[in-house]
Amino acid sequence: MIEILKKEQLSSDVYLMKLHAPHIAQSRRAGQFVILMMDDNYGERIPLTIADGNEVEGSITIIFQAVGGTTLQLSRMKEGEGISHVLGPLGTPTHIRKHSSPVVCVGGGIGTAPLYPIVQAFKAAGNRVITIMGARNKDLLILENEMAELSDELIICTDDGSRGRKALVTEPLKELCESDVPPAEVVAIGPPVMMKFCSETTRPFAVPTVVSLNTIMVDGTGMCGGCRVTVGDSTKFVCVDGPEFDGHKVDFNSMMSRMSSYKEQEKEHQCRMDALAKDHIKGGTQP
Amino acid sequence: MTEYREPALLSREADDIKDRLNLPEGLHDLKAKERAAIPQQEMPAQEARIRAHNMDEVALGYTESQVIVEASRCLGCKNAPCVAGCPVGINIPGFIAAAAQYKFDEALQIIQESSILPAICGRVCPQEKQCMQLCTLGKIKKDPLQSVAIGRIERFLADHGSSHSTLDSKQPSTGKKVAIVGSGPSGLTTAADLARLGHDVTIFEAFHKAGGVTVYGIPEFRLPKSIVSREVENLEALGVKIIYDYLIGRTRTIKELMEKDGYDSVYVANGAGLPKFMNIEGENLVGVFSANEYLTRTNLMKAYDRDNAATPLYSSKKVAVFGGGNVAMDAARTALRMGAEEVHIVYRRTEAEMPARKEEVLHAREEGIIFDLLTNPSRILGDENGRVRGIECLKYKLGIPDESGRARPEVIEGSEFQMEIDTCITALGNSSNPLVTGTTPELEVNKWGNIIVDENGMTSMKGVFAGGDIVQGAATVILAMGDGRIAARGIHQYLSNEAQPL
Repeated sequence: MIEILKKEQLSSDVYLMKLHAPHIAQSRRAGQFVILMMDDNYGERIPLTIADGNEVEGSITIIFQAVGGTTLQLSRMKEGEGISHVLGPLGTPTHIRKHSSPVVCVGGGIGTAPLYPIVQAFKAAGNRVITIMGARNKDLLILENEMAELSDELIICTDDGSRGRKALVTEPLKELCESDVPPAEVVAIGPPVMMKFCSETTRPFAVPTVVSLNTIMVDGTGMCGGCRVTVGDSTKFVCVDGPEFDGHKVDFNSMMSRMSSYKEQEKEHQCRMDALAKDHIKGGTQP
Repeated sequence: MTEYREPALLSREADDIKDRLNLPEGLHDLKAKERAAIPQQEMPAQEARIRAHNMDEVALGYTESQVIVEASRCLGCKNAPCVAGCPVGINIPGFIAAAAQYKFDEALQIIQESSILPAICGRVCPQEKQCMQLCTLGKIKKDPLQSVAIGRIERFLADHGSSHSTLDSKQPSTGKKVAIVGSGPSGLTTAADLARLGHDVTIFEAFHKAGGVTVYGIPEFRLPKSIVSREVENLEALGVKIIYDYLIGRTRTIKELMEKDGYDSVYVANGAGLPKFMNIEGENLVGVFSANEYLTRTNLMKAYDRDNAATPLYSSKKVAVFGGGNVAMDAARTALRMGAEEVHIVYRRTEAEMPARKEEVLHAREEGIIFDLLTNPSRILGDENGRVRGIECLKYKLGIPDESGRARPEVIEGSEFQMEIDTCITALGNSSNPLVTGTTPELEVNKWGNIIVDENGMTSMKGVFAGGDIVQGAATVILAMGDGRIAARGIHQYLSNEAQPL
């Protein structure tokens, strides 16, 4: 059992949890993720990026949105309780270098969470980091203070203008590419469509753009191939080759259709699980 | 195809033979000719039309009478050719002779001297290519499938026996620590052997369950998971520790295990790696799965239990499985049980060249799997939503044999045809697992990325041994166990030498 050391609700359906996982805390690096499972027998394995870690405390931090069965179940867990299984760190760490011109880090929605350790690492390597954060509205922005403290410059965008600029993240990104000191590198993490358009924005300027993909996975160790994406001319496995790839080479359309593989089953499944949970509550037994 | 025969009928037939030959008392009077005349006992099974829609085990296991009768077929050859066919060298005539005389516990103990996983091996070993291929009776009958049904007897003994000889023979502690990477058949075998020799053994497993391919790959209907967990419990009773959710190569490296965590030796048995695809058009469409993914979802993640499992499974009506090995048969038969209306095995050679066990091919045919032989997909066709809608195939003919000795399939020009399919499953094997070798530059690998070992199973890194799929490429459960056995001897020798002052 992996103990939940701390739980915090960041927005209506986004939660932060600090987990006691000393081995993962010791070896994890920016860009890596864990696979988590809530139940020994019937649980599913879901990948979640590591948002932070503390080697001394032996803890890692995950930030997740309660959208599917497993994340909903996770969101109902309390401090002091345990999670059945957490495997990690997985994936290849971010390639961190010192650049002479700024690094621009773009985070969309929950994607700001995995971006946080990457901003940390680029800063630690001595880079000037400009962070762009985007969300639908101000209530969905996460880690704003942390990012403000860490970044040399922070640009906030919301779709409705409730905080920062009323714009999509691609707007300030384009301006930065057009500026006198264009970014040496862009890291964009968020919904697939956001990463796709960030990559399209930087493409004409030939600014190297890294995206972090969160495709469907089962084992996370290279065995199933469910996470595979087309990158350039080849097929890559997100769990071992990634999760970070050259955004200019990723076939986002194919990836997005692959990510919808189980849409129907999940809808139907969710209805059944909800009914099951109700039955269990009625019957007074634990689900 | 043979006609289905009820288990009760098979049992009665065995009873009759047993009475007629006055077995087991009359065993000593039987001449070789009489033994050879006893018909091979058919494995009782669920009827095909029923089992194709449930996940319960297909083969039901021999009855006691069937074991006695089948074991009485053994000619007890002095030179025991069968033993040479067994990768772990089980004393086959020894355990069969004991079984023929009702001494089931003794028979099991004889097996356990060489194998810790008889309930698994009795079910999944390719016996017709190993022990049964060399059996004298099979030679007489000119068909290895007509040899003594060694695996079926082994399975009965393992399922019914109460012997725990694995636990009895433990040596005093040596104080040496051994780490084992992976809890598949190879790792479990090494762990058992080393624990018995008194070493302190810890297995590191990436998944949440132990057993490797026996829990994620081989389906419930061929190998019930309760059998694997019983074997794992036996091992834990021997003092072996299993740490789950721990990925060597990521959570810790081999070097860290030895330098920071104080392990004196490491056995790398991390198994198969990335599934192979064919690099044809359409392979990343929605509805194309590796057999690894399809089987892991259904077996390990229990997607077959739709009411309880959280892991979804793609809904399929018409399925094409590419490949001709056991994994292909497993995937095809699983798809059928998951509700597919039509399941095809698409294989570019003929049935004679199929690497799958004959029994699995037969079972698949009985269940209604369609075999498209001398056929290979050339591209996968998608619809406007990026989902599979069909495949285009080419017909092949057999040419001259290649290096593997199998006839090389040659494409017939202009033979393209299309099939309406909504799901493709590729069962074409795996490339090597990069996680340990990629983070341990000291390990020497061949051009396929498989770890190179010496005759004792030792790698180029001192104290580090390897075996199973990471060394052999795709192997079988029993070959992986054979490697595990060699490595255990090698590790024990290595640790014993280390213990002595120079």
